[in-house]
Amino acid sequence: MEALSFLMQGLSVAMDPMLLLYALIGVTLGTAVGVLPGIGPALTVALLLPVTYGHDPAGSLIMFAGIYYGGMYGGSTTSILLNTPGESASIITALEGNKMARAGRGGPALATAAIGSFIAGLIATLALAFLAPYVVKVALAFGPRDYFALMCLSFITVSSAFGDSARKGLISLFIGLSLALVGIDQLTGQARLAFGVPQLLDGIEVTTLAVAMFALGEAFFVAGNRATGDDQVIAIKGSVWMTAQDWARSWKAWLRGTVIGFPIGALPAGGAEIGTFLSYAAEKRLSKHPEEFGNGAIEGVAGPEAANNASAAGTLVPLLTLGLPTSATAAIMLAGFQQFGLQPGPLLFVTNPQLVWGLIASLLIANCMLLVLNLPLIGLWVRLLTIPKPWLYAGIMVFATLGTIGANPSPVELAMLLIFGLMGYLMRVHGYPIAPVVVGLILGPMAEQQLRRALSIAQGDVLTLVGSPLSATLLAFSVLALVVPMVLRMRGKGQMLSQLAAEED
Amino acid sequence: MKHTLFAGMMAAALALPAHATDYMIMAPASPGGGWDQTARTMQEVLQADGISSSVQVQNVPGAGGTVGLAQFASQNAGKADQLIVGGFVMVGAILTNASPVSLADVTPIARLTGEYEAIVVPASSDIKDINGLVEKLKADPGAVSWAGGSAGGTDHIAVGLIAKAAGVDPTKINYIAYSGGGEALAAILGSQVTAGISGLGEFKAQADAGALRILAVTSDERIAGVDAPTLKESGLDVVLQNWRMVAAAPGITDEQKAAISADVEKMVNSDAWKTALETKGWANTYLAGDAFKAQLDADIASTSTVLKDIGLVK
Repeated sequence: MEALSFLMQGLSVAMDPMLLLYALIGVTLGTAVGVLPGIGPALTVALLLPVTYGHDPAGSLIMFAGIYYGGMYGGSTTSILLNTPGESASIITALEGNKMARAGRGGPALATAAIGSFIAGLIATLALAFLAPYVVKVALAFGPRDYFALMCLSFITVSSAFGDSARKGLISLFIGLSLALVGIDQLTGQARLAFGVPQLLDGIEVTTLAVAMFALGEAFFVAGNRATGDDQVIAIKGSVWMTAQDWARSWKAWLRGTVIGFPIGALPAGGAEIGTFLSYAAEKRLSKHPEEFGNGAIEGVAGPEAANNASAAGTLVPLLTLGLPTSATAAIMLAGFQQFGLQPGPLLFVTNPQLVWGLIASLLIANCMLLVLNLPLIGLWVRLLTIPKPWLYAGIMVFATLGTIGANPSPVELAMLLIFGLMGYLMRVHGYPIAPVVVGLILGPMAEQQLRRALSIAQGDVLTLVGSPLSATLLAFSVLALVVPMVLRMRGKGQMLSQLAAEED
Repeated sequence: MKHTLFAGMMAAALALPAHATDYMIMAPASPGGGWDQTARTMQEVLQADGISSSVQVQNVPGAGGTVGLAQFASQNAGKADQLIVGGFVMVGAILTNASPVSLADVTPIARLTGEYEAIVVPASSDIKDINGLVEKLKADPGAVSWAGGSAGGTDHIAVGLIAKAAGVDPTKINYIAYSGGGEALAAILGSQVTAGISGLGEFKAQADAGALRILAVTSDERIAGVDAPTLKESGLDVVLQNWRMVAAAPGITDEQKAAISADVEKMVNSDAWKTALETKGWANTYLAGDAFKAQLDADIASTSTVLKDIGLVK
């Protein structure tokens, strides 16, 4: 209960009006940069670092944390309304969220994202406060082979979760995996498939691909379909707020998303995206309305949004306890700590408890502020959809292009945006799902590196992959996830699957 | 209302780079890394001490700094207001990526800071000192896995040099590359690898907390506050510093170069710079003029040799 008294003390520190102001500035800025594609929380904090020099360390760090949480939240707004994910962690949100928005349910989609983010942020921040020292021990036990097993599980659950046709889904996934091979191989430092273009040496930027495929591909598709009668976007149908049924379908997804997202965020080599993929796959499998997935299922927004905010809190576990930044924003926050002469690590909790607990407490406050800030804005945001279509899509194209140049000012990046946009258009025309391409690009390099690291450490012994209890368990789950549905289907018991899913619920 | 807001944000975004500056410093890396922090610290100190009234930092990340370097060299010939931050990692990256642009295409001004490497094992390891590690390496080079930063970077080069100095075939080393010292740290703490190697700053806190044991450092002399021998006194003739530098555009006149060098020297001697270095834990290894030129050439030559020895450069 020592932690509890520290937290109370922290809350009283964070209630200082000046610190509250810093937190408010942080979440407002964070939401704004999350909405803008290309300008991420990492860049914002980097820009603000020199400004905060000489100011109160507690206030500055609280502001940075607010930007981080705000950015995670803001990314979902553009994903849902404009199909333009601002951050890679909100790519999955675009899948169901944008479908909901087009069917006039943008309000509930934004609401479930906001409330889900709040609840996940709340639970995960409390988990950070009380479980950090234990979670970090488990996270450190994850070696390359365990990561590889986790990636295998993600691949299998994800590839079965997207799209109606397994064949088309797999083709999309492999396009993504091929794109993932571009760039310098991290383990040998050699360039692959870069064709002498220096901008390709670092591989293909995930946000460029996602924005191109989702936003540009969509814009081209809409433009191409204009002659043949267009699908109507309904701005608002029914209530702007969530109905009782929306609540009933959302709350379990929020909790599951939190449980999936937090530990994955805490892993030193995981990314917030993986949690969102797994959450989406889990929701699709457990949903009582699987037919709605792909057409705007609210669980598909609620789960991943909760997962990405829980991950954001999760990444603070290794940062505060080990001094290990696991995301770009966390890396800058580490630089922020160092600027004030604080070295995050095992000793920070001992040497500076007031600051650490103040930070954790202000995360709780920032989280509440985000909810208060964002819920009333939903009504305003959904009005964006009433803008006439040509204007809206022209705006999206400008927005997407600007964001891409902002993040990486080079003509090559713009050319990639255009090419992937056309690719997204063609895939849409032929009915191939888009999301697996992006998923392949994100997971491909992680799986490859971890596999090769594992084999290198074991000097080529393949059995090492099942050599730890963790990896063996995860791989066993993967095999089950692959084989069981096949066997059931072969026995003509396809309907048993949906029944099973219903019982598990 | 929304439209005006949007247009305003766009205008602001577009207007930003057009602002007049005294110095534009390019950090050829993403925000948050060592080069970015160096550039932003320079910005802070140059402005705070009135050496320059307005300094801007631009990030052009990619490929160990070679993307930024190529852009810098091709666009800024003769421009005396342009600076780029770089370092030892860039030397290796230019070689491994067979970059068409090298440090010979810019005007190096001075080395600013440096950090020595540390070789560590987890506290639970049965390896007690650097000799124990070298014994294992000699017995079976493949059985000793080293976690460190990116392939061909300072950490990898250091392992190659250690192997060479110990009389072990450098092509046999089992180096596990991570995206940075931080990610490698997790693998070392979790005992996933035999040993770890990265900048001392990455390991210091964990070593102080007793989770890691520092076996040796790559400095010339022992480092105050670090309870570990140098490689040199352990019989391995390896001294390696991961340094950071600042360079100016190609094709500037000698007068322009002298003016920039004077500004940099003023910055290095300011109290603000010293304080900033202290809080960040960077050592001041300022070296300018011909001495820096000679050191740079020596580093490029030795890096090129060791990268060929490891087999990363043909």
